[in-house]
Amino acid sequence: MLKVIGVNTIDDLFADIQPHQKPKSFDLPNGLSEFEVIEKIKRIAEKNTTNLISFLGGGYYDHYVPAAVTALISRGEFSTAYTPYQPECSQGTLQALYEYQSAICTLTEMDVANASLYDGGTALYEAIMMAIRITRRKKIVMDGGVSPIYRKIIHSYTNNLNIEFKETPVVHGQSDRDQINNLLDKDTAAIILQNPNFFGTIDDHSDIIQKAHEQGILVIESVYPVSLGIVKTPGEMGVDIVTGEGQSLGLPLNFGGPYLGFMSTRKKYIRKMPGRIVGKTIDSSGKSCFVNTLQAREQHIRREKATSNICTNVSLCAVQSLIYMSLLGKQGFVNLSQLNLDKAEFMRKTLETIEGVEVKRSSPTFNEFTVRLAKEASVVINAMIEKGFAAGFPLGRYYKGMENYMIVAVTEKRTKEEILKYAECLKEILSQ
Amino acid sequence: MKLIFEKSVEGRQGFGIPQSDVGPQEGIPEKYKREKPACFPEASELDIVRHFTDLAHKNFSIDTHFYPLGSCTMKYNPKFADVVTQIPGFANLHPLLPQLTKGETLSQGAIEVLYETEQWLCEMTGMDHFTMQPLAGAHGELTGVMMMAAYHKAKGNQKTHIIVPDSSHGTNPATAAIAGYNIVAVPSDENGVMNMEELAKRITDETAGLMLTCPNTHGIFNSNIDKIAKMIHAVDGIMYYDGANLNAILGRCRPGDIGFDVIHINVHKTFATPHGGGGPGAGPVGVTKKLEPYLPISRVVKHENGQFGLDYDYPHSIGYVAPFYGNFGIILRAYAYMLMLGQEGLKQTSNHAVLNANYIKERLKEHYALAYDHICMHESVFSASLQAQRGVHAIDIAKFLIDKNIHPPTIYFPLTVKEAIMIEPTETESKETLDEFIETMIEADSLSKTDPDSFHNCPQSTPINRPDEVKAAKEMNTNYFAS
Repeated sequence: MLKVIGVNTIDDLFADIQPHQKPKSFDLPNGLSEFEVIEKIKRIAEKNTTNLISFLGGGYYDHYVPAAVTALISRGEFSTAYTPYQPECSQGTLQALYEYQSAICTLTEMDVANASLYDGGTALYEAIMMAIRITRRKKIVMDGGVSPIYRKIIHSYTNNLNIEFKETPVVHGQSDRDQINNLLDKDTAAIILQNPNFFGTIDDHSDIIQKAHEQGILVIESVYPVSLGIVKTPGEMGVDIVTGEGQSLGLPLNFGGPYLGFMSTRKKYIRKMPGRIVGKTIDSSGKSCFVNTLQAREQHIRREKATSNICTNVSLCAVQSLIYMSLLGKQGFVNLSQLNLDKAEFMRKTLETIEGVEVKRSSPTFNEFTVRLAKEASVVINAMIEKGFAAGFPLGRYYKGMENYMIVAVTEKRTKEEILKYAECLKEILSQ
Repeated sequence: MKLIFEKSVEGRQGFGIPQSDVGPQEGIPEKYKREKPACFPEASELDIVRHFTDLAHKNFSIDTHFYPLGSCTMKYNPKFADVVTQIPGFANLHPLLPQLTKGETLSQGAIEVLYETEQWLCEMTGMDHFTMQPLAGAHGELTGVMMMAAYHKAKGNQKTHIIVPDSSHGTNPATAAIAGYNIVAVPSDENGVMNMEELAKRITDETAGLMLTCPNTHGIFNSNIDKIAKMIHAVDGIMYYDGANLNAILGRCRPGDIGFDVIHINVHKTFATPHGGGGPGAGPVGVTKKLEPYLPISRVVKHENGQFGLDYDYPHSIGYVAPFYGNFGIILRAYAYMLMLGQEGLKQTSNHAVLNANYIKERLKEHYALAYDHICMHESVFSASLQAQRGVHAIDIAKFLIDKNIHPPTIYFPLTVKEAIMIEPTETESKETLDEFIETMIEADSLSKTDPDSFHNCPQSTPINRPDEVKAAKEMNTNYFAS
């Protein structure tokens, strides 16, 4: 090969790199065999605690992932394919993404969805930018029930962009209508809501949305997809842009990623939507097929005028969630949602009987709820870890003054026995 | 092929939901309930397995096909990394666990992986610190440019624009614009690198920085890089290294040593994590000491007692760019890949990537116009201009290759070359595969002379022929339920 190229050594190929540009150091360990790497990483994994019974949620949930999801997604034809820029040899990925978009649309009851964004937080940021593009206004009203993690992400991204943010508090677990209404004006681009919110409570935002629309203001709602088996959809309420974290749709927790940001909206806003979109069309022989469409919004065509800089998204995670939604199916998804709700309700009732626990009951909840403890939540959670439970997430971590509160999530994986044992341990800790 | 929704049979279900062990409970009030269930498919597990297996068969992939896709580094993704990510100690780890009091002690293994990967990447690139948070390459770019902006803000600099070469990836100008900067483009010179005179004219006190791939998208390493860095630094600008082409220079050159201040890495390129049909990727960002205060939080730290932790107390930080600690599952794969290759393996990666690219370039240059006749790095750019005169364009050659079971190279990019065909074979392909590709490309050239019309029916062997993209954009059928 070197002879064909016309050089003597491999080093000759790197002649453009000048001697003084060579690495000052490249001091790395020697390579290992496959067996050694796996053993080494297994030993590192053992340093993680994995035997805790988890009631941790906060937007990321410990749902069961059916075996068929993992098996199908591991197929090299899906996992090792490139972005489907060549539709003739990418119909598998393209059709799956079209089906995914359709599934997200029926789940949220919206008209159109994109083919994924990185995660729920960055999807919400993209939705805000989209609303600003649509309305040409720069004020955002943010409900205090929106995940504090998402709010931190949004703050980082918009810090330099002269966007005015107004935050409204949560009252009795729900959005504060009066405060929101007071802030709405002709400079307001969008209201940002979350359902169920970070405290776990469910709301019907229809009234807020109606008021917003009267002033040409868009409403963006971040949702937890599993709740939509039962809970009123953003489409029914009249939301303009829906986003959410799709981790609960068949993706493992994976210590924070890869996850799945989804987005759906009204048909009239499709050209303002960021990310890839797959469309159905026909080929030269009239056969129906799928392509990436409306690409003139994207960075590889539009460069600095693109709707977003997003390129690689999370296609495989989108397909993974599609397989999950397909396996559960129409009734199965409702049943799963109901089971989550029932288990959480059972747990609420159980915890209410314990002295030193006040379960917040002012608004309905789905599978996560807020409790107030007689002691500092982080101290109680710490003691519960010793008993084998990840008992919940302390709200004091993100909300000043809520040091005695925690949120507790219950998925279909938790059993009655585990819940009763949890209650017993909590009772013991609180009585000490 | 039918959609999964069209295969639905009422009452069928692919997965059994467990019986409730808590009995019926009080539900939520009617006003909070959805009216109709989502129209998910009603299908058995076997129906679903067959459906998605059929779909899989309609894809090209690295496991099945050669992808000489310029600037995308479609190398083989070793299978052992799949095993690593499924180790329960990682896959089931909740990301909020370390945010509980003393929670870091419950996730020491995962934090160690992040820490170790940072150390490897620092040594490999000559950077002082890394963050694993960015969720893809373009996300890394945004993180890098946000740090750039924070740096200028802290120093009181009035900066308005970022310079990019005309051969840059589309994400560079898109990122700079989203971060609030204007874009100034610099043309390439006759050698395929940035025109130095034109660059000098564009550098002003308002220059926030320069974003550069090195080697660039023409596959050429710019020997003037130190001079460029001096010019940018002279106005207190930041040198941004787009790591899309890092696969060319492992062990040969480190961005940190030649004047770059910030770098992002596409781990789905250089470190062999699967592309997934368009993600998930990961885009770690490295910085020199100058930008260290602005790194996103949380940051991974190693305490004196050897314990690992996550630290949030950095007042100048740009803040959260991702919900947690990056795409951990992807970073873990990249870490495993680096452990396997080690120092020597990483050097050999670039050696072979560059050797393979030059071999193709030399063998094809008699048949296709070479954009720049120069020793290339990991990729080279041809033009189908000769073939286009015969009515056969880059897109036609691409479709011809599909019929020959080869994924087409990148075409019509970089925008600086007309009828561009950008070829990056990567190090993982054998000489036999390269030769087969070369012969096929030569065959395409010959056919363009004898039967140019035959190209317009390609591809014939795929599940579909050429799609009507105009119809797709016009009708916007993107949702089965609204179609």
